[in-house]
Amino acid sequence: MSDANKNRGSDSGFDRRAFLKGSGAAVAVTAVQAGSVAAQDSSGTDVQRGWKKIKLNVNGEVVTVNVEPRTTLLEVLRYQLNLTGAKPVSLDGSSGASTVLIRGKPKMASTTLAISCRRKKIETVESLGGENPDAVPQAFVDNDALQCGFCTAGFVVAVRAFLNKNPGASEKEIRAGLNGNICRCGTYVGIIDAAISVAKGGK
Amino acid sequence: MAYLQDEKPAEGPYHWPSREEASVIGKDHHRLDGMKKATGAAKYTYDINLKNQLVARALGCPHAHCKVVSIDSAAAEKVAGVVHVHVLEHAQPGSEISWQGELLVIIAAETEGAAAEGVDALKLEYEQLDVFTSEHDLEAAQKAGRAKKGGGKVETLNEPGDDEDEDEFIEKELARLFDESKHVVEGFYGIDAITHCCLEPHGSTVEWQGDKLNVYLSTQNVSGTDDGFANSLGISADSVDVTCNYIGGGFGSKFAPDYWGVAAARISKATGRPVKLMLSRDQELKIAGNRPSGYINVKLGADENGVVQVWDSHHWGTSGISGGGVSHTVVPYVLVPKNYRRRSTSISTNMVRARAWRAPNHPQACAITQTAYDDVAAAMGKDSYDVFMANLVNASNGKAEVYAEEMKVGAELIDWKANWHAHGMGEAKGSVVEGLGMALHTWGGVANTSDCLVKVYPDGGVESFCGTQELGTGTLTVCAMVLAETFGLKTSDVKVNVGSSTYPFSGASGGSTTVGAVSESHRRASQDALRAILELAGKQLGVEADGLEATAGRIQARSDANKGMSWKEACKLLGLKPLEVTRGHRRGTASPLSNSGVGGVQMAHVAVDRDTGVVKIKKFVAVQDQGLVINPRTCSSQIYGAVTMGIAASLYEHRIADPKSGAFLNAELADYQLARLGDVGEIIVELYEPESERQRGVIGNGEPPAISPVAAISNAIANALGVRVPVAPFTPKRVLEALNAAGRA
Repeated sequence: MSDANKNRGSDSGFDRRAFLKGSGAAVAVTAVQAGSVAAQDSSGTDVQRGWKKIKLNVNGEVVTVNVEPRTTLLEVLRYQLNLTGAKPVSLDGSSGASTVLIRGKPKMASTTLAISCRRKKIETVESLGGENPDAVPQAFVDNDALQCGFCTAGFVVAVRAFLNKNPGASEKEIRAGLNGNICRCGTYVGIIDAAISVAKGGK
Repeated sequence: MAYLQDEKPAEGPYHWPSREEASVIGKDHHRLDGMKKATGAAKYTYDINLKNQLVARALGCPHAHCKVVSIDSAAAEKVAGVVHVHVLEHAQPGSEISWQGELLVIIAAETEGAAAEGVDALKLEYEQLDVFTSEHDLEAAQKAGRAKKGGGKVETLNEPGDDEDEDEFIEKELARLFDESKHVVEGFYGIDAITHCCLEPHGSTVEWQGDKLNVYLSTQNVSGTDDGFANSLGISADSVDVTCNYIGGGFGSKFAPDYWGVAAARISKATGRPVKLMLSRDQELKIAGNRPSGYINVKLGADENGVVQVWDSHHWGTSGISGGGVSHTVVPYVLVPKNYRRRSTSISTNMVRARAWRAPNHPQACAITQTAYDDVAAAMGKDSYDVFMANLVNASNGKAEVYAEEMKVGAELIDWKANWHAHGMGEAKGSVVEGLGMALHTWGGVANTSDCLVKVYPDGGVESFCGTQELGTGTLTVCAMVLAETFGLKTSDVKVNVGSSTYPFSGASGGSTTVGAVSESHRRASQDALRAILELAGKQLGVEADGLEATAGRIQARSDANKGMSWKEACKLLGLKPLEVTRGHRRGTASPLSNSGVGGVQMAHVAVDRDTGVVKIKKFVAVQDQGLVINPRTCSSQIYGAVTMGIAASLYEHRIADPKSGAFLNAELADYQLARLGDVGEIIVELYEPESERQRGVIGNGEPPAISPVAAISNAIANALGVRVPVAPFTPKRVLEALNAAGRA
C-alpha cells in the first residue's frame, strides 16, 4: 500500500490492520484458485470478513460498489460494473490481460484489491472506446493486431500506457517495452505495427 | 420457413469472379469486429453475467494417479456465500483418477471468492497410486509396462520372393540399401507435449428457462454442441440453444460441451439459478487440451545428391492415459522415399488425453523427420536448400512444383544465398553464431458442411444467418465480403449473423475447414438470391436477367450501365416480404468454389549465443498457398499467428511433469513460457497465389502454417552451431547440453 493511501484511511470505516488481515485472506484464496493445496486455516490468520460499500472513480464516474477485503478490482469491474474488457487470464498477472490504468499507470486488476483503489483514478479499456475511439484501438483495427481478441483489451491499455510514457517510441523501444502481455493467437507483428503507427502519428 | 429452394431449384452455376472482376474479395479488409474487441465491448462467454447467477469453481485432483477415499464437504457448505456442492460422478469415493487436475467437486457460490474459499474448505482423502509421466524415456516406459506396439508400415521397391520370409527379407533389403547409400545418417529427435493454453479457459454460463437450456459456451462448434448437452442431460437437442459470439482461443480443444459444461447445467437445474463455470488457469493447462509428444530414432541413407533412398525409424510418444502419440502415417513427413520402414510405440502416461491441436500430428512429424533430412545436408557439407530441393522428387502429395516455386520465393525473402554457410561454419560475432533452416508442410483444408440463410429485405437490407463461429480467424469478415461481392455492395451494407445453434447448421471449426465452408454457403445462397432479384429487375428493365449485373450498389445491364436501377429500387420489387434463400455445401462434394490440399515452405534465420544457449529469431519467412484468398489481411494474420505459436513451441513452451509425482509443474502462465512480443523477430508472410492457385477455389489455412516452424528453427539452430539440439523446445539449457555433449561449448 502506498503511503498516500495509508494516510487517507480514516474516512473509510476500514481499519488498516483489519484490511491487511483481509488481504492476507485474499492471497490465500488466490493461491487456492491457482491450484495450490495450501489451506488458509492452517495459517492461523484471523480473517477480516464482511461486505462494505466503497466509492471508486472508474472512467471518470464515481460509482459505489460492494466489496470484501479480498475482492479484486477485476471482480468489481467485471461483476458489478459490467466492464468486462479486462480479462481474467492469469491470477498472478503474468498475462497482462487485466491491465487497467490506475493513476495513469498500468496495473493488473487481477492482483489489485478493490479496496486499495479508493480515491484513485481508474481507467479501463472501455474509456478508450465510444464514438471517437482512441488512436490505439483504432491502430489495432487498422493493423489487424488482434485475432480471438481475448488478450486485446489488456494489450490496448498496455500500449496506451507505454506510449503515454514514451511518446514517439522507436520500434526497438516498442519491442523491448511491451513484454508484460501474452497473446496466444500470435498477433505481436500487428501490435508492433499498431504501436509504431500511433507513435509516429504522435497520438 | 418457405425457402426459395422450395419454389425455384435454380442452383448455380456457382463461381468466383475473376481477379479483374472482383471488387471485394482478394482485397484487404479490416475485420468487422475489430473495434469491439479492441475496446472491450465484445462479450465472450466469460463476460456473460446473467441475473442472479452463481459462480462456480472446481477442485482439481492434486495427484496424477490416485483413488478417492473420502469426500467431506461439510465445512465447504458452511462457507458464507456457498450455495451448492456438486460431486462429479467420476469422483465418487472409490473412483480411480488417472491424471492431475481432473475436476472432482464443484462449488457454486455467490462470488468467485466464496467459491474459491469453498473449494479450499473441501476435505478429501486420497490413496496415491503408481505414476508414469516420463514418455520421452522409452526404456523406462517399457520397464513400467506403459509401452505398447503402435502402428507402422514397410515399403520397399523390391519385393520378397514367394518362398522368402518377409521379415527376414526386409531386414536384408534395408541393410543392402544402407550399404549402397552414399551417405548414411543416424539421429534422435523429439518434441515435447505442449498445451492449447486458450487465454479464455474452457467453460460456460448456463441458464434454464423451464425445460429449455440456454448455454453460452466457449466453443469452436456452435452447431454441434447442443446435441452433446442434450444427450448428457436426457433432453432433445431442440431444447438446447448454444451461443458463442466471441471465443478466446480454441486451437482444436473446444469442440465439446465437456463434462464440466454438463455439470454446470445440472447445478443450474438443482439451484434454479444461472451458473457460470470457467476453468481456472492451471485446470485449463492440465485438463483442457494438450498436443501429443513425439520422439524418434531414425537412420537414413541418401544418394550422391542427398536424395534419401531409404528410411528406417522407430518413434514413440504419448497422447496421455490411453497411449497414442504421433500417427505413423505422417512419418517421414511429406518427403517419403521409395524404401522405408516406420515403427511406433504408444506410451500411456498419467496425463489427460490429448486434444486436436492445429494440424494434428503434422507439426510433430515435421519436427522429428525434416530435421533428419537437414542432417543429411550437414553430413554432406551441402546447402540444406539444395538437399530439400533434390528431395522434392519424393514429395508424397504431388506438390513438388509448388514447393519448388515457394522455396524460390522464400529464399529470396530471407536472402538465403547471402546468409548461407555450411553447418557450424558461420563466423561468430563474439559468442553469437547465426544459421538458416527450412522445412515444408502439407494439409487438406477441405470445406466443411455449411448452410446459410440469406435474407434480402424490400428496403435493400441484406442479412445472413449461419451456425458457424468466429474464432478470431476473420470468418465474420469473410462472410460479409462474400455477400458484398455477390450483391455489388460494401461490407458495411450487409449484416452477418453467426455464433448461434438456432441458425442453419455449419460444421465445427477445426482442420482449416471453415473459410471454405462459409464461403461456399454464403456465395451459393447469395448468388441464388441475386438471381431472383435480377429476374425481377430484368422484367422491369426489359432486359434478360442473364444480361444484368450487380455492381457498386446498382443492378444494371452489362452492355449499358445506364440501363439499370439502384440496389434499393431493385429490392423494392420484392413487395412486402423479404426474399429468403438457404443454400449449403456438403463436405466432400466437388465444387468450383472450394478445394483442398496445400503446401507451404518456411525458413528461419536465427542467432544463437553459444555461451548462454539463448536462441533469437532474427527473421522468419512463411510462403503459403491456400487456393483463392478472400481476405488477404486476415489470411496473413493466420500465418503470422501460426508462426508465432511455432516460435513458442520451438524455443519456450512445453509441459513439464515431475517424474516422481506426475505433477504438471508449470501449469501457470508465469512458468508455462510463451513467446512474448519482443521474441518474434521479423516475420515475413507471403501469400502464394498465382492464377493456377486462385483457380482452385478457397482452401483453409489455419493449420498449414502452424506445421513447419519447429523443424525450420531446429534446422537453423543446427546450421548455426554445427550441432543438433535434439528435442524441442530448444531452451538455453538444452542448447548448452547439446554443445557440451558434442564437445563444442
